[in-house]
Amino acid sequence: MHHILYRILKTGILTEPAPSPSDTLLAQAENLSALSYRRFGHSLSIRHLDAGSCNGCELEIHLLNSPYSMLEALGFRFVASPRHADLLMVTGPVSLHMKEALLATWEAMPHPKLVVAVGDCSLDGGVFAGSYAVAGGVDSVVPVRVRVPGCPPDPRALLQGLITAVEG
Amino acid sequence: MNKDISIQHVDEAGYVGLAESISGCGGRLVALWGARTYGFKGVFSAYCHENSLLVARLSLPDSRSTFPSVSALFPSAVRMERAVRDLFGLDPEGLSDRRPWLDHGDWGTRAPLSESPRIATFSGDDGDYPFVWVSGEGVHEIPVGPVHAGIIEPGHFRFQVVGEKVLRMEERLGFTHKGIDGLYRGASRAKAARLSGRVSGDSTVGHALAFAQAIEGALEIETPPRSKWLRGLFLERERIANHLGDLGALANDAGLSFGLVQFSRLKEDLFRQNRDLFGHRLLMDLVVPGGVARDLEPAGRDTLIRSGIALEETVRILETLYEEHGGLQDRFMGTGVLSPEIAGRLGLTGVVGRASGQRGDLRADLNRPPYNDLAVMPALETSGDVRARVVVRFFELLECLRLERLIMERMPDGPIQCPVPEGVPGSEGVGWVEGWRGEILSWVRLGRSGTLEGGHSHDPSWILWPALELAVPGNLVADFPLINKSFNLSYSGHDV
Ligand code: SF4
Repeated sequence: MHHILYRILKTGILTEPAPSPSDTLLAQAENLSALSYRRFGHSLSIRHLDAGSCNGCELEIHLLNSPYSMLEALGFRFVASPRHADLLMVTGPVSLHMKEALLATWEAMPHPKLVVAVGDCSLDGGVFAGSYAVAGGVDSVVPVRVRVPGCPPDPRALLQGLITAVEG
Repeated sequence: MNKDISIQHVDEAGYVGLAESISGCGGRLVALWGARTYGFKGVFSAYCHENSLLVARLSLPDSRSTFPSVSALFPSAVRMERAVRDLFGLDPEGLSDRRPWLDHGDWGTRAPLSESPRIATFSGDDGDYPFVWVSGEGVHEIPVGPVHAGIIEPGHFRFQVVGEKVLRMEERLGFTHKGIDGLYRGASRAKAARLSGRVSGDSTVGHALAFAQAIEGALEIETPPRSKWLRGLFLERERIANHLGDLGALANDAGLSFGLVQFSRLKEDLFRQNRDLFGHRLLMDLVVPGGVARDLEPAGRDTLIRSGIALEETVRILETLYEEHGGLQDRFMGTGVLSPEIAGRLGLTGVVGRASGQRGDLRADLNRPPYNDLAVMPALETSGDVRARVVVRFFELLECLRLERLIMERMPDGPIQCPVPEGVPGSEGVGWVEGWRGEILSWVRLGRSGTLEGGHSHDPSWILWPALELAVPGNLVADFPLINKSFNLSYSGHDV
């Protein structure tokens, strides 16, 4: 029974129509992979840090792993330790409760400490700006290399942000 | 306001008396929050009894800075009362837990929403947060978080274990606190509506809908019929998206990455369809006071019917596959059990409640369009384990697809918005919605020239987080990620 079901589903994927021209996710991901090999000598290791996001940005970051871009299949890794991270991806307006954790993560990263701020509220606090509880923007706490606007940015914008960061 | 909601002005005796009588007749606490605006300082508690929402509104004189705790009657009140103390400086009398909850000592002030926020003389006291400690032979402690390995929100879990087994788990939350109640004060309605849609991104439709209902309740206006059906459509698509995501992640955590690949593709397809039809992948900012911001074109209707049928077929295949996969069932079965008895005592609802024998789904229980025309079938399982929470999600997912199809067939034509008057300052309203995770509640108090004097958004995670602590003991530490995923609670929605 299993085998049949697996087959149906797999065939389902194979007979998908070819990606539309606008559907450049896989191409972007492959490009990013090549850039990262050139720059770091290995595939990209990403540390994600939620600094008080509403979790909307996380929903999109998760989908970087959908079969359309297959980040992990291409060798990308979301790593647990900042010491092994080439790049730090930060979401949220930096709640004051996460400020210390953001600083500590950034300090523990090896150079060049690439930081990508993801989502409108990570840029300047967004809808949460002015609150007693937020720092209001990742770059008020650590230097930011690339800013990815959007609320939330979609996987394509996320990949483009990563490419820009790695291209340097 | 919807006929199923009433706000009662009570004094302290009435506040306690209502809690006692609700508790006596098997009702449950839905939410509890504090407020301070130009014209009002006090505490609200909202109870569900026989499919109606009773909101007790306790107004406190300026001189008073205490209110009676109801935590002895409703255990889920404990954290919400601690939050009222942290934010408003109002002290719950009779609450034995004196520890702060949302305040980690980093704001530079204490009681930031009180009439006189106090400058904090020290900061960062969180290292000293007194966790409850069980002593005993061979007990050791494992602290986890707030930052985790995966792409998840920040929160801290303190495990006390013997060998591989969890004896006790205690949560420390509040890391993503953004001060949303404070931001509602004085905000324009448009700004506040956007905020409500960002209380918990995965429930953006649910929260924006509860907020819109609260505004409409305060103004005593009814939105056009078609807008209600479109709101239902958006709410169901949000439920579909989250169940798809969870079902994939749960299989992945249990070792079947094939499930994640399949379900994340389905979710991505759904998000793209949302973008194409409604302009936003997560459907943010589509529900607005007065109606909805986007209509569904006739061509979109056909697309949704077609894709719904295809999605249902795939989900049914995956459901069979999950059921027949020995490895998966092995991990799911008997793991993270939350008994119906405990779930009942905690007044749980939502996915987690329905997996632990708690009947109740506002879509079926309230007489509101579009659901009163669709005969919604609520899910119900009684084993309370990860398996039950998976079964509930599959059941609800298929039910959502049936509802979506009916909505497509029966949705009335007509306008999608009505005029939204400025309203009388000081009017209040409450919204109450079955979000994908559970019951969402919103309260607003109108201010001058289309602004808000105050507002509050309540996520069901408040009620559900304490339940997770009770589902973990007795399990292996290594099973925690799976159990946690099967609850999939919102940190942001709780921390607000
Ligand atoms: S940018 Fe928008 S979606 Fe992302 S965390 Fe901030 S509010 Fe949420």
